[in-house]
Amino acid sequence: MSSCFHAGGRPALRGAPFTLDEPLSVVPLPGIPILATPVPAGFPSPADDHAEGRIDLNEHLIAHKEATFFVRVAGESMVGFGIHHGDLLVVDRSIDAADRSVVIAVVDGDFTVKQLCRIPEGVLLRSGSATHSDIFVGEEQTLTVWGVVRWSIHQVWSCPETSR
Amino acid sequence: MPRNLALIDCNNFYASCERVFNPALEGKPLVVLSNNDGCVVARSQEVKDLGIKMGVPWFQIEGLAKRHGIIAFSSNYALYADMSNRVMAILATFSPSQEVYSIDECFLDLAGFERRGFTRYGQEMRSAIKRWVGLPVCVGIAPTKTLAKLVNHVAKKRSQFEGVCNFNELGAGEIDALMGELPVGEVWGVGSRYAARLQQLGIQTVRDLRQASPKAMRQQFSVVMERTVEELNGESCLDLEEMAPAKKQIMSSRSFGRPVIALDELAESVASYMSRAAEKLRRQHSLAGAVQVYIRTNPFKERDPQYSQGMILPLAEPTDDTRQLVSAAITVLRRLYKPGFAYAKTGVMLTEIIAANQRAHTLFDDVAGMARNKNLMLAVDSINQAYGRGTIRLAAEGLNQPWKMRAGRRSPAFTTCLSDVVVAHAI
Repeated sequence: MSSCFHAGGRPALRGAPFTLDEPLSVVPLPGIPILATPVPAGFPSPADDHAEGRIDLNEHLIAHKEATFFVRVAGESMVGFGIHHGDLLVVDRSIDAADRSVVIAVVDGDFTVKQLCRIPEGVLLRSGSATHSDIFVGEEQTLTVWGVVRWSIHQVWSCPETSR
Repeated sequence: MPRNLALIDCNNFYASCERVFNPALEGKPLVVLSNNDGCVVARSQEVKDLGIKMGVPWFQIEGLAKRHGIIAFSSNYALYADMSNRVMAILATFSPSQEVYSIDECFLDLAGFERRGFTRYGQEMRSAIKRWVGLPVCVGIAPTKTLAKLVNHVAKKRSQFEGVCNFNELGAGEIDALMGELPVGEVWGVGSRYAARLQQLGIQTVRDLRQASPKAMRQQFSVVMERTVEELNGESCLDLEEMAPAKKQIMSSRSFGRPVIALDELAESVASYMSRAAEKLRRQHSLAGAVQVYIRTNPFKERDPQYSQGMILPLAEPTDDTRQLVSAAITVLRRLYKPGFAYAKTGVMLTEIIAANQRAHTLFDDVAGMARNKNLMLAVDSINQAYGRGTIRLAAEGLNQPWKMRAGRRSPAFTTCLSDVVVAHAI
C-alpha cells in the first residue's frame, strides 16, 4: 500500500491550488495506512528568486565579533562627540587606536571613555565637554587602552511606561 | 618530518576572565570559588605564589585571605563560557583542524603553516588572544599531543620561553635535561594516582618514563600507558578529535545553597535541572528515551541520617519536550523521596539519547501536535537565549528558588546580559 491519503481518506488532489503551512490533522481509518506528511502544492512565490537577507545591524556594527564588547556610558563628559549618559558603546579591541580615536582607557583601575590625542609630550585623553577636564599621560607613565569605540547607540524614543 | 601539534591553554582562565572586566584587579591576588562558594577552583599567580593549593575549601583559607587581601569570586560560568567561545573562535582562524579539549585549552594541527616558523606562529596566537579578548595564553608545540601538553606546561613555568615552547626546536640535551627535572605526574594522563605506582617502580621523572619500555608499561598498567611512552618519544598515537560527538548522556545537577527537606522544593530543583538538560538536548538535536533522577543527603555531615537513591524511568516515546521530561522526572522523584532527611543535592540525567531524525515514526503519531510542541520549545529556547536563562520557564521550577546555590560573590554577566555590561565613566 503506497497510496497517499489525506483527512477523510480521500486521495490527495494533484496540483490543487492550496498550500499548507501546517500538516492537516489526520484521522487514521481502520486498516488504511496514512502517510502523515503534507503534500507540497500551490504556486511558488514570484519573489522567491529575489529574496535577500534583511538588514542585520550586527553585521554592520560589529566588524570583529570575537573582539567586540558592549560598554555603557555613565556621565556627560563626551557629549561633544555625540556620546551621552546611558548610551551603549560598541567597542572593538582588535583595532589600533589612532590619533583622535575615541577609546575606553583604564585610569586608576576604572574604565573611562575619552578621546586619545597624541601630543609631543605624551598622550592627552580629551573629554568632549568644556566643563570636564582632560587627562595628561606622560611618556614615562603607562596607559592602557582597553578598546576603541566604533559606534555609540543612543536611545531616542522610549516607551512612556518603562521610562518612568 | 615531525608533526607540529599545538596546545594552547589560557593562564588561570577564570581569574583572568574576571580581570578583563575589572582592571582594578590587575596585580591583586584573586581566587574563583566552586559552586556554593565551596572550594578554590582558580587562582591568580599572586595566590599561587602564596602557596594556596587548588581545591582547598574556602573556609580553611578565609583567615589567610583576609591577611593577604585575597579577593574571592563565585564562579561566573556565563562569562567564562562566552570568553571561551571567543578564544576558540580566534584560534580556529590559525588552523582548520582544531580540537577544543576543555573550556580553556585546545589543540591545533599546524601542518601547512610553517611559512614564518611555528614558534613565531605561536607568538601570533598569543598576541591575538591577548589583544582581542584580553586573556594571557601559553602555547606548546610538539610532534605529539602528550608532548604538546608537556611543553605547554614548560612554557607556563619558565619565562625564558616567552609563553611559547616548541619541542621541535629544542636540542636533544635540552630535552633530556628538561624532562629530568619534571616529575612524572606532570605527564598528561598519568596524574597523581599512577604517579605513585610509577615511583614505586623507580620511575620518578618524565625522562624515566620516556626511557621505560612501552611493552613493560602495557603489562604493568594498560595500553594507555604504552601509548603515553610512545608519545613521549615523539611517536604520534593520538589524533585530533575535531568533531565533538553528540553526547550520549546529559547530566544536570547542583548542590543546594542550604539543606532542603520538603518535597516541593526538591521538585522545583529537579524541574529546573531537567529544563536545563532538555535545553542542551535540543541544542544537539537529540531526543532522550529515558530519564534518571537521584537525590542525596550530605555525606560529610556524618551525624545526620543519610539517604542516597537514584532511579531510571524509560519513556514511552523518545522526546525533547521539557514538559514531558519534567513530568517524568517528578514522577521518579516522588518515588525516591523519603521524608525526614536533609537533602543536599539532586541531579537529573537524560539517557538513551538518539538523534532527532533517527526517531522511528509510528502509525499513530499526532503530527500536527508534534509540530506545535516543537514550535513551542523553539520559542522557549529563543526567548531564553535573547533575554537570559530562565526568562520563560515552567511554573514547576518555582519562582523564588530558595534552594538555589550560593553565588554571592559572582561578578555580572558582562558579555551575555545587556543590563550587566561594563560601565565606562565619562566624568
